[in-house]
Amino acid sequence: MDELNNKAWRNDAAAKVTGRARFTDDLKLPGLLHAVPVYGDFIHARLIEVDTAAAAKSRGVVRVITARDIPGVNRCGQIRKDLPVLVDDKIRCHGDVAAVVVAETRAQAVAAGRRVVIRAEPLAEILDPEAALAPDAPLVHEEHGTNLICRHVIRRGDIALGFAESAHVVEQEFQTPFIEHAYLEPEAALCFVRDDGVVEVRGSMQHPYSTRRFVAEFLGLPLARVEIVGTPVGGGFGGKDDTAALVCARTALAALLTGRPVKMTYDREWSMRESYKRHPYRLRYRMGVGDDGLIKAVRCRIVADSGAYCSVSPWVTWRSTVQCCGPYVVPHVDGEVSSVYTNHVFTGAMRGFGSPQVNFAIEQLVEMAAEKAGLSGVEFRRRNMVRQGSATITGQVLEGHAVSLSEVFERVLAESGYEAKLKRCSRGRGEDDFYGLGLAMSYRGVSLGAEGTDFCAAVVSVQFDGSVLLEAGIHENGQGAESAMILLLAEDLGVDRARIVYRRSSTSAVPDSGTTVASRGTIMGGGAVSRAAATIRLQMAGAVAADLGCLPEEVRFAGGRLSTPGGRDIGFTEAAQLLYRDQKYPYALGVFPAPRVNWDESCGQGKAYFTWVYGCQAVELTVDRRSGRIRLLNAWAAHDIGRAVNRAMLLGQFYGGMAMGAGYGLFEEVAMTGGRLRSLNFDTYRIPRSTDMPDMTAIVLENRDPLSPSGAKSIGEPANELMAPAIANAYFHATGRRRFQLPVGGEK
Amino acid sequence: MKTAASPTLVINGRNVRITTGERRKNLLTFLRDDLDLTGAKRGCGIGVCGTCTVLADNKPVKACRTLVADVLGRSLTTIEGLAGPDGSLHPLQQAFIDAGAIQCGFCTPGMVLTAHAFMLKHPEPSREEARRAIAANLCRCTGYQQIIDAIMAAAAHYRNKE
Repeated sequence: MDELNNKAWRNDAAAKVTGRARFTDDLKLPGLLHAVPVYGDFIHARLIEVDTAAAAKSRGVVRVITARDIPGVNRCGQIRKDLPVLVDDKIRCHGDVAAVVVAETRAQAVAAGRRVVIRAEPLAEILDPEAALAPDAPLVHEEHGTNLICRHVIRRGDIALGFAESAHVVEQEFQTPFIEHAYLEPEAALCFVRDDGVVEVRGSMQHPYSTRRFVAEFLGLPLARVEIVGTPVGGGFGGKDDTAALVCARTALAALLTGRPVKMTYDREWSMRESYKRHPYRLRYRMGVGDDGLIKAVRCRIVADSGAYCSVSPWVTWRSTVQCCGPYVVPHVDGEVSSVYTNHVFTGAMRGFGSPQVNFAIEQLVEMAAEKAGLSGVEFRRRNMVRQGSATITGQVLEGHAVSLSEVFERVLAESGYEAKLKRCSRGRGEDDFYGLGLAMSYRGVSLGAEGTDFCAAVVSVQFDGSVLLEAGIHENGQGAESAMILLLAEDLGVDRARIVYRRSSTSAVPDSGTTVASRGTIMGGGAVSRAAATIRLQMAGAVAADLGCLPEEVRFAGGRLSTPGGRDIGFTEAAQLLYRDQKYPYALGVFPAPRVNWDESCGQGKAYFTWVYGCQAVELTVDRRSGRIRLLNAWAAHDIGRAVNRAMLLGQFYGGMAMGAGYGLFEEVAMTGGRLRSLNFDTYRIPRSTDMPDMTAIVLENRDPLSPSGAKSIGEPANELMAPAIANAYFHATGRRRFQLPVGGEK
Repeated sequence: MKTAASPTLVINGRNVRITTGERRKNLLTFLRDDLDLTGAKRGCGIGVCGTCTVLADNKPVKACRTLVADVLGRSLTTIEGLAGPDGSLHPLQQAFIDAGAIQCGFCTPGMVLTAHAFMLKHPEPSREEARRAIAANLCRCTGYQQIIDAIMAAAAHYRNKE
């Protein structure tokens, strides 16, 4: 909150609260055409023909587009280019798009879409990821020769020795479902060809740079001829990456072929049918614990259903691999995480990115192991949790930052009154509703880690009148990224935030900074802003130091002035003008490359992430004895986020993450029958409503991270990855029964 | 003279003449496409998410499930009509900003209007009542907590003024 008036602030709040904020579907242009996607009712089939004749003759139709019309490459993907933007050889899942109808009105396009006939020869479908690994299983992508996309391993220590040293062994299988991001704004794109020949794309997305790659390759254009311009996004949660880019690519092609601006806005049903989901996991764990209550060994075999396309499955499952044993010291580990093609809707990035699934398993497993070893879950966690200098299961020594797991854990125990309340839990006994309390904790590698190249850019320029323009390669998804970067810049330049305008980012103006996922917005974007601000300060201090009679590095920036230790000063604007008069621009490109990490894929060992965050959440609930309905009474979360940049927005990430995690724990599940989604809208896919949530308590810990230029780390995903296992543990303490399958509230 | 069948609709205090063809239109489409009042959003199209909420005589209406004919003769308020004519924010809007109740902003117009209608009738709600009041409006970003904070903070205004 604003330190002066205790009020929250974000740069786009007034526009959003008055309805002035224009999301993609709110934009209009003269001559605008409307496009819609067309799906076939197939799960797995060889395409014979997309017959567009009748649709093309329909009222108002300007063009019907199929794979034959594509000037560039009809395969996209961030890791493996296996996703056809429009169906050509095969249909691989129910969400595949076979054609795009472009018409004068959206209603005309929808009506004509029903007249597109898709002829295809059904093929044997494969829907079970483990069956998909059988040698004779039908192949989703024949060219790969197998349905296995990747298998990450961790081999640490000597697993046989670990179990030999174990006095207690627990073994359990867990399952998690497909879930939907449920951003409230469905996918939308608006594209037109500018008079300079550049295809301009506006759309609801969280990865403008991968969208640009998808669009450019699909159209056969160089990157410089495609410009993605930032537009308000109605929520992403990891879900507006691949699918959002496909919607942009198809719309861009429609604009190119018709020579008119085209908008494509998805219905919720199309969005849910086509967009990728969180991976369902099957997790088989075996954990050995010694007489001393220390974990000796963990063996796990985890299979993720990637659905019909690869998307970012190798990265999602890599994070699961690195974090498969939770935040515990385990000397002997034998872990495997596989991702597998099936004919389900594809799965990809979703807030948490491979951690919610393993946390659901491991945070129950440690309590089961504790019970066998005769210890409380609290004591067991205290004995086994990582601490300053501990080695992780990948052999990374946790150092160079505050390893604050014990701190977040103890804070949650204290604030929730955990140990006293635990004694009152029903455990399936008593006359009234069952009462229970549970917790879960985690560590989480920050940003992308050894997944990929990780760097980010920001551009800062001080105008002649002292106002400041900022733009960065981090995208505003609604989380407040722009506001956080403005606040960091205001602090670094010692000026009022009102001086700074965040320029809606364009892929043509800021170098490719990767995607705004992995909770990397504040640490990476903020890092780039801090680097740019440092350059601006050098430039401005250099211009005034001699006149002020001090060294450039002695100039202090505060209160809109540059001052010296001796008490002399000059206004920020005046200083900028001195630079201009000296034919120099106060202008900087700031680049923050993530500190180096390293990884050996053959054994799953290495420094996986340059820094880590630590979190713990607890929840108190009742379970209706007859209906099984779960009601949340209270929830607590403690996260060490390095440093709070924008406190109200930070708290919003806590609460929103906890609510989304509660939905995962309680009732969220995409219902499917034979590869067809039955959950296609919010009547059949339930997300938490206000009345499903209790008042929540946020506990903010700030151990500034020396590796982050701003000191700040991450919160978006940490806040989302713990509530489901906390609910599962609370459910057990309430009912005496463990739920090994999400959602926990699925049992009647 | 206005009757239930009057061919005009009052939208944000302005009279809008409604043609016969427009009477059969979906209210959300009419507001967004014909009047360019795009504050009301299409989130689900089936009346369960609340992003299309507008007020008819200060009662929440799901515009995506309403025909223009259904609201003829009534006074509509969309999010564009809540701020003062000079653009000054309504105290409830300011409370949303101050409480950090806004993230992606897609639910915000409907959420603010639902809360406004509720507060006009119940200017002294408990937190629980405020929580129930917004149950028909989905938000995926905030977990609702700061929205409820905003409603509670705005209560003083409704007790004193409206």
